[in-house]
Amino acid sequence: MQSQDLHKISSYQWELPESAGGKRRAGIFADRNLLAQMDAKVSEQLANVTALPGLVKTAWAMPDAHWGYGFPIGGVAAFDPEQGGVISAGGVGFDIACGVRTLHTGLTAADITPVKKALADRLAARIPAGVGSRGKIRLDSRQMDAMLAGGARWAVDQGYGNTGDLDLIEEQGKMTGANPGAVSRRAKDRQTDEMGTLGSGNHYLEVQLVTEIFDQTAADTFGIAEGDIKISLHCGSRGLGHQIGTEFLRSMVAQAGKHGLKLPDRELACAPINSSLGHAYYGAMCAGVNCALANRQILTHLTRQVFSKFLSTTTLPLLYDVSHNTCKVENHLVNNRQRRLFVHRKGATRAYGPGHPDLPRKYQNVGQPVLIGGTMGTASYILSGTGSSEELAFSSACHGAGRVMSRTKARKTWRGKSVIDQLAGQGIEVRSPSLRGLAEEAPGAYKNVSAVVEVTHQAGLAKKVARLEPLIVIKG
Amino acid sequence: MKSGMGWEHFHHQADIGIRGWGTSLEQAFKQAATAMINVITPLAVRPEQGRIISCQADNPEDLFYDWLNTLVFHIERYRILYGMYEIQIDDNRLQAVIWGEPIDPARHQPAVGIKAATYTELKVTQDPQGLWLAQTVIDV
Repeated sequence: MQSQDLHKISSYQWELPESAGGKRRAGIFADRNLLAQMDAKVSEQLANVTALPGLVKTAWAMPDAHWGYGFPIGGVAAFDPEQGGVISAGGVGFDIACGVRTLHTGLTAADITPVKKALADRLAARIPAGVGSRGKIRLDSRQMDAMLAGGARWAVDQGYGNTGDLDLIEEQGKMTGANPGAVSRRAKDRQTDEMGTLGSGNHYLEVQLVTEIFDQTAADTFGIAEGDIKISLHCGSRGLGHQIGTEFLRSMVAQAGKHGLKLPDRELACAPINSSLGHAYYGAMCAGVNCALANRQILTHLTRQVFSKFLSTTTLPLLYDVSHNTCKVENHLVNNRQRRLFVHRKGATRAYGPGHPDLPRKYQNVGQPVLIGGTMGTASYILSGTGSSEELAFSSACHGAGRVMSRTKARKTWRGKSVIDQLAGQGIEVRSPSLRGLAEEAPGAYKNVSAVVEVTHQAGLAKKVARLEPLIVIKG
Repeated sequence: MKSGMGWEHFHHQADIGIRGWGTSLEQAFKQAATAMINVITPLAVRPEQGRIISCQADNPEDLFYDWLNTLVFHIERYRILYGMYEIQIDDNRLQAVIWGEPIDPARHQPAVGIKAATYTELKVTQDPQGLWLAQTVIDV
């Protein structure tokens, strides 16, 4: 994409040309370099989002945006139910509540280095990862519904973790709008073997070293110091969420005409928020979020078991847990009026600024931790939410690096074995059941995460706090 | 110019497009399924066990979406990779026997799991020569 095709607001913020209605309703956070890497489909998809009813202000693409399904990945759009606004299965995506959770360990590199290989082996053996892997937890129909209603709270009640974890998860570990009855039999069936599994693709568990602090005050508040070892998990709602997305996308396409919606792209499938299909999707999607939160809670428990046996470190408290494929009901100040909006973030992280009432008390002064996953060979970042982010993009920030190369090309460019050897040369132990999968996830297939984070910081969407580099990577 | 039957992958920045073609709608659907399984593994899949599935839609494109997503469900639910299909389509109703084998990570080296077949770039068409083509993008 070329910057001359866009209207420049600042070096980091651009708007698409005026639409037929004479309004600019879509924009992109990026610098010229990131814009140049973005596929033209990003602006095409963003322009399509502006055609949906009830859009509030502007639909935004975050600095890591790339060509997605209907919405671009890295898309943020808010809809007002009082103005005929819609809720979109396409605007959430298939992997409902895919997200990142980061844990403290209380350890330093000196504790990990002597046992790194053995710890990697032990984690790989304990964490089910990759295509065809199975979790050990089986839920009957009553337990499945309890999990979908209760999220991480349900998991803690079952003994996976402790109540102290819950304050450090968005929504305190449980989406209250969940309706397990709106989730199909088939979606629940698909989840049968998948509780406590990592999945495949770009999902991972990493043991990370904090290599740089950018904001000492925020780092102190979050409990981060240079040389610390942290653990980060990236995964979502597994088969259940994928199935909810598949089925509701289909229903929303089928009922678009009935709802008087003209979809510029079927993948933008949506329904009025105030319709039976809209209500059903919201209830099912919230259940999907709870499935993801329960899943990350169980994976946390498995990780704690490994660390307690291996390093006598039992607690591994949470730093935070954020989801980046969601639609959430939030109050935002628009033209000096508080409005209740359905904010879609597809590949974007919520980033509440200091003082927001939904933040844990201990983070009130610095804002929400924004957890940004990188690639297995580069770095991850922790940022903090800003006060300016609400006005800029409904309190949203980027979510990761974003791909620049297709999987097919990545597989032709790299071999899994050479990816492992190259990362081992950098001191990174990688474990995966699939060499082919590793080749597709090679770090070179992604944008430079540091550039994405820098633009996020410069644009005022979130502030850089710390940089973390992987020592151990468990991939699916 | 495509002729006979076959399949291929096409470009999508984050994921993979799959395309199948043949002289009948059934052949195009089968070839597209082969293209989708090849996203997971390029190895030939042994037809060790069969399963009967069916789906129904209002038009060929929705039927294609349902066909692929029914396969995605069965792959993930039963940990089976499919490699052989007997399909019959009448009036947008599809009945099929699908044959495959349990996923063996060590042997298949599955690159990635499939979350869903999407509506992105979804097309089912027949050209003037009678060749059917069915394609979409797979979310992985």
